Amino acid sequence: MTDVSFQNQAQEAEASLGDYFALMKPRVMQLVVFTAVVGLLAAPVGVHPVIAFASILFVAIGAGASGALNMWWDSDIDGVMRRTAKRPIPAGKVTPDEAKVLGFALSGMSVMMLALSANLLAAFLLAFTIFFYLVIYSMWLKRSTPQNIVIGGAAGAFPPVIGWVIATGSMTIEPWLMFALIFMWTPPHFWALALFMKSDYDDAGVPMLTVTHGRTSTRKHILVYTVPLVILAVGTAFTSIGGPIYLATALVLNALFLKGAYDIWSRTEAQAEADEYKVEKSFFRLSLWYLFLHFGAILIEALLPATWGIWT
Amino acid sequence: MSIRAEHEIHQRRKGRNIGVGLMLAAFVVLILALTFVKITSGDFEMPRIEEGQ
Repeated sequence: MTDVSFQNQAQEAEASLGDYFALMKPRVMQLVVFTAVVGLLAAPVGVHPVIAFASILFVAIGAGASGALNMWWDSDIDGVMRRTAKRPIPAGKVTPDEAKVLGFALSGMSVMMLALSANLLAAFLLAFTIFFYLVIYSMWLKRSTPQNIVIGGAAGAFPPVIGWVIATGSMTIEPWLMFALIFMWTPPHFWALALFMKSDYDDAGVPMLTVTHGRTSTRKHILVYTVPLVILAVGTAFTSIGGPIYLATALVLNALFLKGAYDIWSRTEAQAEADEYKVEKSFFRLSLWYLFLHFGAILIEALLPATWGIWT
Repeated sequence: MSIRAEHEIHQRRKGRNIGVGLMLAAFVVLILALTFVKITSGDFEMPRIEEGQ
């Protein structure tokens, strides 16, 4: 082997720190951190800031670890799909084995550290979330059923429950309302993405609803799943984690969301192609704001000193 | 042709090592802070030594 060939080989094989960080799906981690923080602050029990910071950090690391494990398992299809082709493994920056080792090591570390910083129940929930995302969603559902993201969405819905349990050490109905909000939001969000990421899932052979039931059926599914989401999201306003600010936010967002879902349902594929999926793309963008602002409103309600009227 | 002492790969490796080092240092500080908070909080109790031992 010459110096030059050795050098080139090494250059391809060695990843930077940023490549390992990208394995942890930083954008998903942002959502996990935000919803877990909201769950923690919405809980009726105060937590020392250092314990809260450390615990949320370990939840973020656990979420990142499950992202790395997902990338290890899905590295074959990630290379086929346009949306994921630049991820570190298909891009040749990190090997699948490295992602696997990093994912398992960080999973173990984050769960153990969360048990020490918070409590065993929170640690168990984090471990279950990682297990759910890797085994139930990535390994089992994703490639076998069009219900993949419906059930798999539970993995992304656990962080506010974990946040709540970090503070209280026990379970009540309120964190499960936040769980349900993310769980019900996930299908319309991903199906809108599947509509305008046209050939990605077809090429990869992932049985997304668009592939198995067609696009017209997917449009109908978005509307059908949006209706119970709207009822749940507005209804949450009248629980102890809701309030007037949350109600106002929920009414506006859900009216927009319902209109978006109706618009998607009422148009044909030809119309969508003609304007390059304008409505689907704007619905997808709205869905991101939808979740962020609902949790933002829960956070504001939690930080307000007192409640009034029907919320007392 | 002489081999360059500082190849791009060395810079990348150096950056990675510094990054890992800083993360480990931050982890140590975090554990220290956590320990301090846990043992100074009101509900912390030292394990009792059984009588007669």
